[in-house]
Amino acid sequence: MSEDNSGSGSGSDHLESVVVRFAGDSGDGMQLTGSQFAVSTALAGAGLSTFPDFPAEIRAPIGTTFGVSAYQINFGSNDVMTAGDAPDVLVAMNPAALKVDLPLLRAGGMVVLDTGAFTDRNLKKAGFEANPLEDDTLAKYQVLKIDVTKFTLEAVSEFGLGNKDALRSKNMWMLGLMLWMFGRKRKPITDWLSEKFAKNELVRDANIGALNAGHAYGETAELSIGMKRYEIAAQEHEPGTYRTVTGAQAISWGIAAAGQLAKTQIMLGSYPITPASLVLHELARMKDFDIITFQAEDEIAAICSAIGASFAGSLGVTSSSGPGIALKTEAIGLAIVTELPLIIINAQRGGPSTGLPTKTEQSDLYQALYGRNADAPLPVISVRSPSDCFYAAIEAVRIALKYMTPVMLLTDGYIQNAAEPWLIPDMDTFEPIEVEYAKAPDDGSDFSPVTRDAETLTRHWPKPGTKGTEHRIGGIEKDYDTGHISYAADNHQRMGDIRRDKVAGIAKDIPAQDVDQGADKGAMVVVGWGSTYGPISQAVRRARKAGLDVSHIHIRYLSPFPANLGDLLAGFDKVLVPEMNMGQLVTALRDKYLTPTIALNKVSGQPFKIEEIHEAIQNEHPAQAAE
Amino acid sequence: MMNEAVKLTAKDFTSDQEVRWCPGCGDYAILKCIQRTMPEIGATPENTVFISGIGCSSRFPYYMSTYGFHTIHGRAPAIATGVKLANPELDVWMITGDGDGLSIGGNHMLHILRRNVNVNILLFNNEIYGLTKGQYSPTSKEGTRAPSTPYGSIDRPLNPCSFALGSGARFVARTIDTAQKHMPGVFKAAHANKGASFVEIFQNCIVYNEDVFADFTNKKVAADHQLLLEDGKPMIFGKESNKGLRLKPGTISLEVVTIGEDGVTETDIVVHDQTNRVMAQLLVELDRNVFPVALGVIYADPAPSFEEAVHAQANEVKAERGAGNLNALIRQGRTWEVT
Repeated sequence: MSEDNSGSGSGSDHLESVVVRFAGDSGDGMQLTGSQFAVSTALAGAGLSTFPDFPAEIRAPIGTTFGVSAYQINFGSNDVMTAGDAPDVLVAMNPAALKVDLPLLRAGGMVVLDTGAFTDRNLKKAGFEANPLEDDTLAKYQVLKIDVTKFTLEAVSEFGLGNKDALRSKNMWMLGLMLWMFGRKRKPITDWLSEKFAKNELVRDANIGALNAGHAYGETAELSIGMKRYEIAAQEHEPGTYRTVTGAQAISWGIAAAGQLAKTQIMLGSYPITPASLVLHELARMKDFDIITFQAEDEIAAICSAIGASFAGSLGVTSSSGPGIALKTEAIGLAIVTELPLIIINAQRGGPSTGLPTKTEQSDLYQALYGRNADAPLPVISVRSPSDCFYAAIEAVRIALKYMTPVMLLTDGYIQNAAEPWLIPDMDTFEPIEVEYAKAPDDGSDFSPVTRDAETLTRHWPKPGTKGTEHRIGGIEKDYDTGHISYAADNHQRMGDIRRDKVAGIAKDIPAQDVDQGADKGAMVVVGWGSTYGPISQAVRRARKAGLDVSHIHIRYLSPFPANLGDLLAGFDKVLVPEMNMGQLVTALRDKYLTPTIALNKVSGQPFKIEEIHEAIQNEHPAQAAE
Repeated sequence: MMNEAVKLTAKDFTSDQEVRWCPGCGDYAILKCIQRTMPEIGATPENTVFISGIGCSSRFPYYMSTYGFHTIHGRAPAIATGVKLANPELDVWMITGDGDGLSIGGNHMLHILRRNVNVNILLFNNEIYGLTKGQYSPTSKEGTRAPSTPYGSIDRPLNPCSFALGSGARFVARTIDTAQKHMPGVFKAAHANKGASFVEIFQNCIVYNEDVFADFTNKKVAADHQLLLEDGKPMIFGKESNKGLRLKPGTISLEVVTIGEDGVTETDIVVHDQTNRVMAQLLVELDRNVFPVALGVIYADPAPSFEEAVHAQANEVKAERGAGNLNALIRQGRTWEVT
């Protein structure tokens, strides 16, 4: 719970923020439980940030530690920007979940567990030598031991389900209890259950029955076991209509929105890969929009189909994760050399190779910036939070279409799955994206596909089907004037210069780098990109509250960098760069500006904790060193 | 729109680029034939797209005055699929070779055929890598001596048409680069088929694999070694037009027989039914040491094209839901007001 209420364990009722972690077996429905709790919390007006943390295995052997699936939610009345450092409340549905997640719980935090699941067999599978309910494992925590298994069976007995089916409602019983504990409404959940199981009344009634029973248990058992009800006030938000949105939804909707703003058909070519597939799933549903989705035979075909669509005058989009992007590399070069618009979404995950498919990392920055044969520059844009994906996707499309270039859009596994409240924008207020196809020369001269805009250096976009703009392009170097094959030495130099200058020139067309918090010069700045936004922001806030002169710069445009970034960084004595990789932005900043930087790196597959960054600020701050 | 009064000619499909294949390469004859055939099938330069991968044959698009895309090695089927999904109205031709289409791009070839994307696929088979200077290819005969196989290649070759049939192709045909009279008919039939049309062209590489098909393409031996298939006509061949193929009694295999010998009459000869998939399998795999090489449309059993079905499905959804409204979409589900 937030530091201002560190005494919450001793019984304060009003809290600023709380972190709850639901943990159980993959088959226990923890993702569902957590996300429904999040919905109910959002509807109550609290600020929130979620972190689904699940295993790569679809159904790992039941009861094992590697099958533990968790969903963490941080919610509160202040600005919630991360899923929280250490959980205040851990819901453990079985011994394995307790084993895996107990070390995360803050000292004095609360464990709610289902004693019914603590059988000898489950304890053994989780690797407990002794029953943690009987020794001092849980001594430093408040513990709520409830036989959820038994209570659930009792609650749903009237529906006549078999034991196995009845126990599937355990998660709803627990959700009911947690809704009670945090004063959340049950109705949004019962509405959702009614809709989800409209065709299976038995299951619907059992789940609702369990939910109500868990809630009732909270009410009636309160005094006897000293359970507390916590109240979290609504966060103060800008007025408007809100919803929760995940990064995968927002990026998909952003692509769809950009297609509408550009009045251009979108063609997504994609191949299933975690955690990027969610974008394919989302857009595949949107057939009422001018969007075609194509599940290709492999990553290469996915991007090539998108390039084909762009050649035909639609906007090609491809989505993948690091290993898939690696396979697409040659085709990205083709899009660069033929100067076709293309959006490449990379939902980064832990690597290298297959790495940690379901865990997050931001270690594909080198790949985005440098990972191609030859001199092949392209713009790289990153997203900082789930709702930010919407706007970043639109911006990526704007740049791709305006400059006839592939654009790499970097998101990550955390943002793909995480949810946060979003002030829903009005699409009518967005600037349209201008698209104009090439026209046949009206003076009878030969058509050239590489006629350029003198300022942006962008070539025009001929659309097959148009008379008079027939042309041939390909991966071979093309003549600067005619677009025909050219092996001429001077021409290749000139085309190389053009490719460099065109992308570099985009720096003039993007917003200047702003300072998110603090002054624009001073003792120290924390520089980040992507999903570290939340923890850096909170850590800087915390340090500033304590009187430290520290600023926060968060970079969206990673290539080209905003024109003022170098000067801005030069105004600080120390530059701290936290990254979920081994120091990739650090390399890029040194390369471009010779900026001396302090790297703070984390590649555990988990997002940064606020405290980790806060500690680094304290340790590295010039004021500390002076003492 | 094209003024219908203006009759297009081969010249209207010829670009101003100098053709850069080796003198005497079979590709020239194929290019000429395509340029001649385009006006005859009612094609227009603005609505036609030639897409290729990498290799000698893949330079083809540069010599056509249509839209053209010379892409990357093996990926032409995927690019072509994207073009057709984006705009099904375009008339798309794909040019590939035995290395491009069956080695590095074998996976994509399989899928464009199985999906039945409406693309005319011309696979120039010369059984060798030309552009990279003569290495053996997946269609090279066993024992092919090449820079990478100085003691002879070891792996067994792939039969392109057999691969196509196995991939679920609905149109499979064969022709020869020098067969200027035969080729146009095959191209026209391929174009008329509204799905993936797979055409294998035996193409002579005079530099690295000369005369590798001479045993059946030489004028002198052609009549006895080529079976020119026509739908509904008996499978008769030979200088005297007296040889034919019949089903070997009691087996599912073909044999060469002579009409007038051993009591064989024309009624014993198999009549070509281009929708017969099993017969197509037999025809493409005939051992050319014993049998003639089957040419022409070997298999044609049309089915709806992929892109047509994709757009039909989208249109169904649009008809049901109406045109997508993003403002409405992002407000769906649970929302709340802050005042």
